[in-house]
Amino acid sequence: MRKFLFRISAFVLAIALVVPLLAEGEESVLNRVKDRGRLICGVHGGLPGFSFLSEDGNWSGFDVDYGRAIAAAVLGSPDKVEFVPLKAPERFPALQTGEIDVLIRNTTWTLTRDTQVGADFAPPTFYDGQGFMLRKDLGVTSLEGLAGASIGVTAGSTTELNLTDTMRALGVEFNPVVVEETDTLYNSYEQGRCDVVTSDKSQLVARRQVLKDPEAHIILDATISKEPLGPVTVHGDNKWNDVVSWVVYATFFAEEHGITKANVGTFETGNPEIKRFLGKTGDTGKQLGLSEDWAHQVVYAVGNYGEIFGRNLTPLGLPRGVNKPWTQGGLLYAMPFR
Amino acid sequence: MKILSWLKDNLFSTWYNTLLTVLALGFVYFLSKGILVWAFTDANWDVIPANLQLFSVGAYPRSEIWRVWVVLYTVCALLGLSGGIWGGLPFRFAIGIGSVGFVCALLPLFEWATRGWIFGNVALLGAFLVLGVNVRGLVSKMRPWILGAWLLSFPWTLIMLRGFGENSVLTTNWGGLLLTLILAAVGIVFCFPLGVLLALGRRSSFPAVKWVSTAYIELVRGVPLITILFMAQIMIPIFMPNVRLDKVLRAMLGITFFSAAYMAENVRGGLQAIPKGQYEAAHALGLNYPLTTLFIILPQALRSVIPAIVGQFIALFKDTSLVTIVGLLDLLGIAKTVIANPDWLGLQAEVYLFVAVIYFVFSYSMSYVSQKIETALGVGKT
Repeated sequence: MRKFLFRISAFVLAIALVVPLLAEGEESVLNRVKDRGRLICGVHGGLPGFSFLSEDGNWSGFDVDYGRAIAAAVLGSPDKVEFVPLKAPERFPALQTGEIDVLIRNTTWTLTRDTQVGADFAPPTFYDGQGFMLRKDLGVTSLEGLAGASIGVTAGSTTELNLTDTMRALGVEFNPVVVEETDTLYNSYEQGRCDVVTSDKSQLVARRQVLKDPEAHIILDATISKEPLGPVTVHGDNKWNDVVSWVVYATFFAEEHGITKANVGTFETGNPEIKRFLGKTGDTGKQLGLSEDWAHQVVYAVGNYGEIFGRNLTPLGLPRGVNKPWTQGGLLYAMPFR
Repeated sequence: MKILSWLKDNLFSTWYNTLLTVLALGFVYFLSKGILVWAFTDANWDVIPANLQLFSVGAYPRSEIWRVWVVLYTVCALLGLSGGIWGGLPFRFAIGIGSVGFVCALLPLFEWATRGWIFGNVALLGAFLVLGVNVRGLVSKMRPWILGAWLLSFPWTLIMLRGFGENSVLTTNWGGLLLTLILAAVGIVFCFPLGVLLALGRRSSFPAVKWVSTAYIELVRGVPLITILFMAQIMIPIFMPNVRLDKVLRAMLGITFFSAAYMAENVRGGLQAIPKGQYEAAHALGLNYPLTTLFIILPQALRSVIPAIVGQFIALFKDTSLVTIVGLLDLLGIAKTVIANPDWLGLQAEVYLFVAVIYFVFSYSMSYVSQKIETALGVGKT
């Protein structure tokens, strides 16, 4: 009898565990988003140029524009999106539990994240890298010159790890000044509590602009890490990852071919690939599970990559760097639309 | 002459007092000089008026902002009515709020439309105040109704802010001072009865009730609020994948359950201070347990712990800022996103100072009102 009860309970337990898995496995996030009529996009919420609330209470920034682009492709309107600010520790759980549909929050694509934390990555929208900023009058131009310097870094990030690893490899001794918050980091730097700050270069450039005398500070050429940042979807949902990936490619493609927010409605072309892109021929929409004019909607809503960059990041003083189309020597390369 | 002798008596009575006075004055001088010079020359205060709406309501859609005003109008009407009917402290409180609103509307801080809304609020408050004063003598039984209306204003506020159907406002868009006040109000209103029940439960003679209450109180007091908020935001969705609880609701629950445990201990302190004779006298009069508790014990117990309870309410109000860590944009969260706007980059000192002043104004008002309540109830007097 006891054995029987044990079997019954084991069976019930197994069913209880498997049923939700099956139920989850069947439905793609794409259908969920369509049913809801609204995309839920996780963002940082306080990252200059990438995501913040503007004075009128609307979300804006580079990451926010990609959220709007996905909403435009799937739902036909860049306004059918809800932004959820997330802190670093909750971003992956929020994705796994379905609290958010897509995560666009300066998240670096790494092997561990791709395999272990239940995330799938779409193509990077921004290639960043860790750099160093210091006072010009120190006269330092290379990492070796930083011997004995006190270097400010935010706590518990890969930034700190990269710093230690690089300096150990170079055999350079330094004093780390570990700070909890980004704002505090640049305050400490300005007050002279550290000689050097290290962080992603995009952040260094943006922050240099608001120091008292921007010209007195330089950013070293050396880049000590790769930080490819892009949208993230939940692991194993290929259909949804395809959609997000191709929205990103659409913004690249539009820039490669000079299609902009202004001219997308009237763009005349004989190029069959562009015709397919604009949904005039072919069935790219059907293949992705979207309407045929999805790419048109994306460009119409947020513009091409160059426009998104120019609107959000150029005002911060950020150069395009490697974030240029491959035709101009950059890393942005749209896969063929066919 | 009076001033000189006061100065001599209090500040320069001995050589060491003179020395301390001079040192303290020097310290105050340098500190305030630094702050004032910064505030009037270096600081860029433009960031505050430009983002005033963000600080007040966060990402609340501008087309639906009338909902917030309706709620404010309701509160003002109720406040005016209560002030008029009760007189005394509520009356002065209503006058105080009205004056602050009036001054705000006069100053060119806000847009014309906003100033109009504020004027409307002040006018409504005044009208209901007058109404209340006039009906005071006529219907002395109004008071329970007013209290009931205050209770009803609670769900009314939440429903009004949330809305229905097409134009409903998602709670993820609630932010700024609005969210801070809602979280604090919900926390305060619900943790109080829960805390009283837990305190009574812990002193109960039924072992089951006693042990459950004790276990709850000790368990919750054993973990930081931050942990509870993280549990609510991250663990609940993992444990219950098919139940989607609203994010703001989860924060409300976390704050309420957390505060209830502390509230229970405060109330228990008051209960233990009641002499046994009070219970015995109540029994002798033939009152049963609920009646004794409700009419004899609790009124005395709560009166004696008002300072502790208000202290906890103030702490709760400030603790709501922890929801920033789980990604809700309360007043502090809004401050963080404002300084991420490229237009206002690097202005954290100004923004945080502004937010600190707001927290101070609210906390100090609570403290002031509680002092007045204590005086009115004669707490600490025998």
